Amino acid sequence: MAGIVSYGAYVPLHRLGRSEISKAWGGTGGEGEKAVASYDEDSITMAVAAARDCSKGFDRSKLDGVYFASTTSPYWEKLASATIASAMGLRSDILTADFSGSLRSGTNALKAALDAVTAGSADYILVVAGDARIGIPRSDKEMSFGDAAAAVIVAKEAAAVNVEGRHSVSGELFDFWRPDRDVFVRSAEDRFAREVGYNTVVTDTVRSALNKFRLKPTDIAKVCLYAPDARQLMSTSAAIGFDTKGGQVEESLHNSVGNCGASQSLLMLVCALEKARQGDRLLLVSYGDGCDVLSLVVQKELPKVKGRRGVKMHLETKRNLPSYQKYVLWRELVQVQPASRPPMIPVSPVALLRDRGWGLSLHGSKCKKCGTPQYPMQRVCVICGAQDQYVPYSFADLVGRLTTFSHDNLGAAIDPPSTVCAVDFEGGGRIMCDMTDRDPAQVATGMPVEMVFRKLHYSGGIHNYWWKCSPIRC
Amino acid sequence: MGSIKDRVAIVGMGCTRFGENWYKNSSDMIIEAANEAFQDAGVTKDDIEAAWVGTLWSGDSGQTLAEPLKLPYMPITRVENMCATASDAFRNASYAVAAGIYDRVLVVGFEKLKDSGLSGLPETQVYGTNRLQTQTAPGHFALLATSYFAKYGLSPEEGKRMLGHISVKSHHNGSLNPKAHFQREVTLEQVINAPLVAWPLGLFDCCGVSDGAAAAIITRAELAKQFRPDPVYVKALQICVGQRSGFIRSDYDWTQIRETYEAGRRAYQEAGIKVPREEISMAEVHDCFSITEAVTMEDLQFSVRGGVREDIESGFFDIDGGLPVQPSGGLKCFGHPIGASGLRMLYEMYKQLQGKAEKRQLKNPKLGLTHNLGGFPAGPTISVVIVGR
Repeated sequence: MAGIVSYGAYVPLHRLGRSEISKAWGGTGGEGEKAVASYDEDSITMAVAAARDCSKGFDRSKLDGVYFASTTSPYWEKLASATIASAMGLRSDILTADFSGSLRSGTNALKAALDAVTAGSADYILVVAGDARIGIPRSDKEMSFGDAAAAVIVAKEAAAVNVEGRHSVSGELFDFWRPDRDVFVRSAEDRFAREVGYNTVVTDTVRSALNKFRLKPTDIAKVCLYAPDARQLMSTSAAIGFDTKGGQVEESLHNSVGNCGASQSLLMLVCALEKARQGDRLLLVSYGDGCDVLSLVVQKELPKVKGRRGVKMHLETKRNLPSYQKYVLWRELVQVQPASRPPMIPVSPVALLRDRGWGLSLHGSKCKKCGTPQYPMQRVCVICGAQDQYVPYSFADLVGRLTTFSHDNLGAAIDPPSTVCAVDFEGGGRIMCDMTDRDPAQVATGMPVEMVFRKLHYSGGIHNYWWKCSPIRC
Repeated sequence: MGSIKDRVAIVGMGCTRFGENWYKNSSDMIIEAANEAFQDAGVTKDDIEAAWVGTLWSGDSGQTLAEPLKLPYMPITRVENMCATASDAFRNASYAVAAGIYDRVLVVGFEKLKDSGLSGLPETQVYGTNRLQTQTAPGHFALLATSYFAKYGLSPEEGKRMLGHISVKSHHNGSLNPKAHFQREVTLEQVINAPLVAWPLGLFDCCGVSDGAAAAIITRAELAKQFRPDPVYVKALQICVGQRSGFIRSDYDWTQIRETYEAGRRAYQEAGIKVPREEISMAEVHDCFSITEAVTMEDLQFSVRGGVREDIESGFFDIDGGLPVQPSGGLKCFGHPIGASGLRMLYEMYKQLQGKAEKRQLKNPKLGLTHNLGGFPAGPTISVVIVGR
């Protein structure tokens, strides 16, 4: 039976307190906080982070596909899953597909992956959802939306977590939507959306699903239920017949991450998997233009993988944005005075072609003659001079040490200063890069750093992705 | 390998005022510098047989010199070697003169940067993946400061004091130079407390962006006295080009620049200099940033490794010290019109050696050294030129 063999997640480091949002608009109150993608993050970079987390301890060369789910892909026409596959250094003879258009896209991708492995189109598929929806300023959507990504690897057999049953309904309804020409999500009147949309559809569909699966609410160890907010999570769960007080319902991430769109249901599933015990039956429910219900059984506990962070460790490591203005700057909601620097020359698609297999996955070369790792790839070894005697060498998962740095206020950046760094790696090799997710006052020579996949800039219609170093998250 | 020592002589030089020359374009500055050089040498453009012109971004081809001066059907080469452009133009012209191909050669270096309207220099952008870190000059040279402070145990405050003295010294000299952009003194407190550009470098640790041009007329040594009684002779011309390998090799530590050491070593050998600290009378080095000057003192063997702080703070490099550095005011007071700086440095050495440096005049200088650094510390292009009587 097809199921899940691995999981991972990513929540951005930074949080914005809801009270900061209220304060900005002249109000008080506001509970909890939401996760805010940095100015150098988007749905693709977060998905890569979750995918890397998910594939720790898994041989990536075995992945036969990447299915990416999001309502905020950076491109209308360019396959994000192909970019993710490239950043992960996967084979090229794989299935790549993007699932978009709905908050249900995450489970749509999961269902399609299960179907693919069951049909024999693939042995292992990586399903990753990432969303960075923007709530229009001075709205409840701005308050509730958060950014995050989650990933699972789906396999045909010997899955630790089997997907035993599925039930889906499709629905045509304008409760939350975003047309092609809008940056902000729109919503209908909130009582309409809540009652006719979420509450009715989820309650009816889950009840039908349980009937179909011949299960009662009490058979479920943990319900992972998408919800627009914590209150609706509880009231709808209770209406279905789940025990909202005894921990049967997976905790809402509303006050720690926020409503993270297409990645929400998978993120909650990862939370459940982090704690699940053998024999637990999980119910995964997502909502948006219909409703998906999946019934999963934990056949054997997923092994603890060294270095996997999941959701918990990402929640525990955080830094609060100092103000609402910082959030506005990062999301570029306001036009600000740009740095007095020359306009960026657009990236060359031809140069990117030659870079395939190298820069996006942070592969340099290792000299076969003297063994020195080098980045970028060098045809002539920088140490021994040997020519064209190298093998590709991956730097992405190595730990580095900060050899030297400066905080540069001059360079064009959305949020200066930029921290320019020289990083020297365990095993050899050096990379010059910026540092992200850091408190400038805490940066010191000799500190350990890890490499993270981020967006450098946007110019000429191209989101230019590469890598930066960051303090080790956890 | 041969030596250039005493084979080429400078018989005329010119230099515009450097600064925000809003009302002068490239042609204006070229004409002004060249005119001064022609008058100084007692020649006209009809006497010139060949020319070399240096500019990084402000013109292409030898046409960029022929057009404003209306040079007639002349062999002209445009040279570019980043910040060593002017020095390298001078070097190439000198070899043509030493080879006896041309007897009277014009060298011009110029740059018009202020038309861009930018803060700082543009990054060199080549069509590519643009997958680079933030690459400003201050950011990359600041790495020298971070590493130098760390290696030699300087607290940020101690380091800033050391660097501050450099800029105070240069501003004092610039205040005596009517061709400098900035002609005022600054205090150590002003320098230390200036806004940060790239930590730990502040505004007064960084040279400005400016416009300027300088020119030289050169001939073979044995012909020099036909032009003037006090020619200045070329003693050494060295360029050392790096591989940018410090970006890739883990053994580069940002506390020294090997290319500077090599260029200096070869220049001293070419000029017959055994103890640079004692035999070099004065130097104009590439103080794009104060830390660059500090590290260069050690690389040129003026100070021992780790010892430049003591030399700086004891005033050894001040205008009344044992080895005055930047007697003109340096890049700090002139700014850095890239294609011109090397020749502007030579202009100061030339005037000093002839006793014409006015309020900045050093007592009886014998040998002057100029140094340029193009690119980034982790593998730059270096020029070292030594001239004397």
